[in-house]
Amino acid sequence: MKTDLRLGDMLQARGVSRRAFLKYSSYLASLLALPPSAAPVMAAALANAKRQSVIWLSFQECTGCTESLTRSHSPNLEDLIFDFISLDYHHTLQAAAGDAAEHAREAAMAANKGKYIVVVDGSVPVKDGGIYSAIAGISNLDMLQETVKDAMAVVAVGTCAAYGGLPGANPNPTGAVAISTLVTDKPVINIPGCPPIPEAMAATLAHVITFGKLPELDNLGRPKAFFGVSIHDRCYRRPFYDKGEFAESFDDEGAKQGWCLYKLGCKGPVTNNACATLKWNSGTSFPIQSGHPCLGCSEPKFWDMGGFYKALSEPMVDIPKMVGAAALAGGVAGVATGLLNRSKKAKAVKSHQKVTVDDLTKGDAS
Amino acid sequence: MTSVEFLLLVRGPLFAIATLVMIFGLTLRLFEIFMLGRKANLAATRAGGTGPGFRTMFRRFAPVDKATFSQSVLLTIAGYIFHIGLFITVFLYAAHVEIIGSVLGFRWPALPSPLVDFAAVLTMAALLALLWRRLTHPVVKYLTKADDLLVWALTFAPVLTGYLTYHHLVFSYSWLLAVHILSVELLMVAFPFTKLTHAITLFFSRWYTGAIAGEKGVQL
Ligand code: SF4
Repeated sequence: MKTDLRLGDMLQARGVSRRAFLKYSSYLASLLALPPSAAPVMAAALANAKRQSVIWLSFQECTGCTESLTRSHSPNLEDLIFDFISLDYHHTLQAAAGDAAEHAREAAMAANKGKYIVVVDGSVPVKDGGIYSAIAGISNLDMLQETVKDAMAVVAVGTCAAYGGLPGANPNPTGAVAISTLVTDKPVINIPGCPPIPEAMAATLAHVITFGKLPELDNLGRPKAFFGVSIHDRCYRRPFYDKGEFAESFDDEGAKQGWCLYKLGCKGPVTNNACATLKWNSGTSFPIQSGHPCLGCSEPKFWDMGGFYKALSEPMVDIPKMVGAAALAGGVAGVATGLLNRSKKAKAVKSHQKVTVDDLTKGDAS
Repeated sequence: MTSVEFLLLVRGPLFAIATLVMIFGLTLRLFEIFMLGRKANLAATRAGGTGPGFRTMFRRFAPVDKATFSQSVLLTIAGYIFHIGLFITVFLYAAHVEIIGSVLGFRWPALPSPLVDFAAVLTMAALLALLWRRLTHPVVKYLTKADDLLVWALTFAPVLTGYLTYHHLVFSYSWLLAVHILSVELLMVAFPFTKLTHAITLFFSRWYTGAIAGEKGVQL
């Protein structure tokens, strides 16, 4: 594909009508919570945009993010947008291998200095000098630092890249950290999720390409358009939560009635993501709709939230085991205090001096 | 610290610390109180004290006599509403039953959430009324010390934060839930060492009063 091609030309060549493209632009604009007036602007900018060079780095990850992003079921405009991105380096998707692959990365960096976007999936191990994960003999840590140096922006895709994810879960043997921990001098957008929603990814990239700047982010670095509200606030089971009707097990009457899954461990109330509205597999369903509590996969530390099937409000420590020890210690301290009180009392009784009538009338005589 | 990290902290280590301090403190206080002993009863016992002791324990849940009531209408009404409301919100809300059940290993039926919600509102109103009385009634004001206000705040905070959490008001749910749990943990830690202990010791002192009266021949 020629690099000076514009998206508009490419879509035209593929037989995508202008009308369809405008429709898609309004869809993107609405996904990004932009006003309707932004759609034509976005369409014009997108049509005019040049292929965006993207370098995709995969570190400690499971490739689930890539799987998610490449699995739009029907070929749609999203795919075309992804085609339009010049994915100059991606382990899983690129044809080149070995040295040739690394050269492709270096070449893209040199050719698009200051303009390319680095997408990262997976966390970076930093313990013991970062020896726990390396590609082509280069540690993840070095490769990240080298690659982001001349990047325009960094997009951390998936919870591992955004917050450390599974590799960073307790006890975190490799010292895995989030990309934002290491990249502090470049804008970093987090698109968490295990895996993230494809639309969130496509629309965010489209935003960066069209407007040349980052979308509005929340305090965890996530685009507000997708992560602005919690699953719980958009959950269709919410009326049951409000009424206090909860499924107690996966096959009881409540579960069959579609009641709220809070007691089965649903993390929806503390999870900000768009699953309840955009849904998965081209809008088919999402976990809660299929009867499973939300795992909270787009939140930091979701692996360590005390168990997927433990209600959010439940304590995460095993209390009964420690109760005996605390009661015993309290008993011992109580008896000690009691004895102390008694000895004080005994002393007070002992030192008690009786007052006689003489004592009281002593001064009267004079 | 993110809200999730804060939540993990209060649900994990802080909850453990609060529970252990509460249990430690309660056993300490109970042993201390029991070791005070009773003075030997020099008078001949006229009747058994056990029955009246137990009856007194429960009789005194019933409203006070008319004379006392007419002297302190607000105190009586708000006092009852707040205590009953607090009992309902703490022990009969589904999420709370779940937590207590996960620690104790057994559960009991909960009330529908909207009912508990209503009880929480009444509880807060009653608590505010009692605070107003405490700050305006000249005698009560004179008798009020810092720990009375502390105990009021420690009781009010969990109800308020719980109400906000349930309705998702003002802040995000994760922050609210974490702050709510933290406020309960503060209450738990303070429980054995403040006037709050009366929730448990009232039974012993009522029994004692009833039993003494019974032995003197007053069959309550
Ligand atoms: S199923 Fe989960 S997200 Fe839905 S209402 Fe219940 S707790 Fe909230």
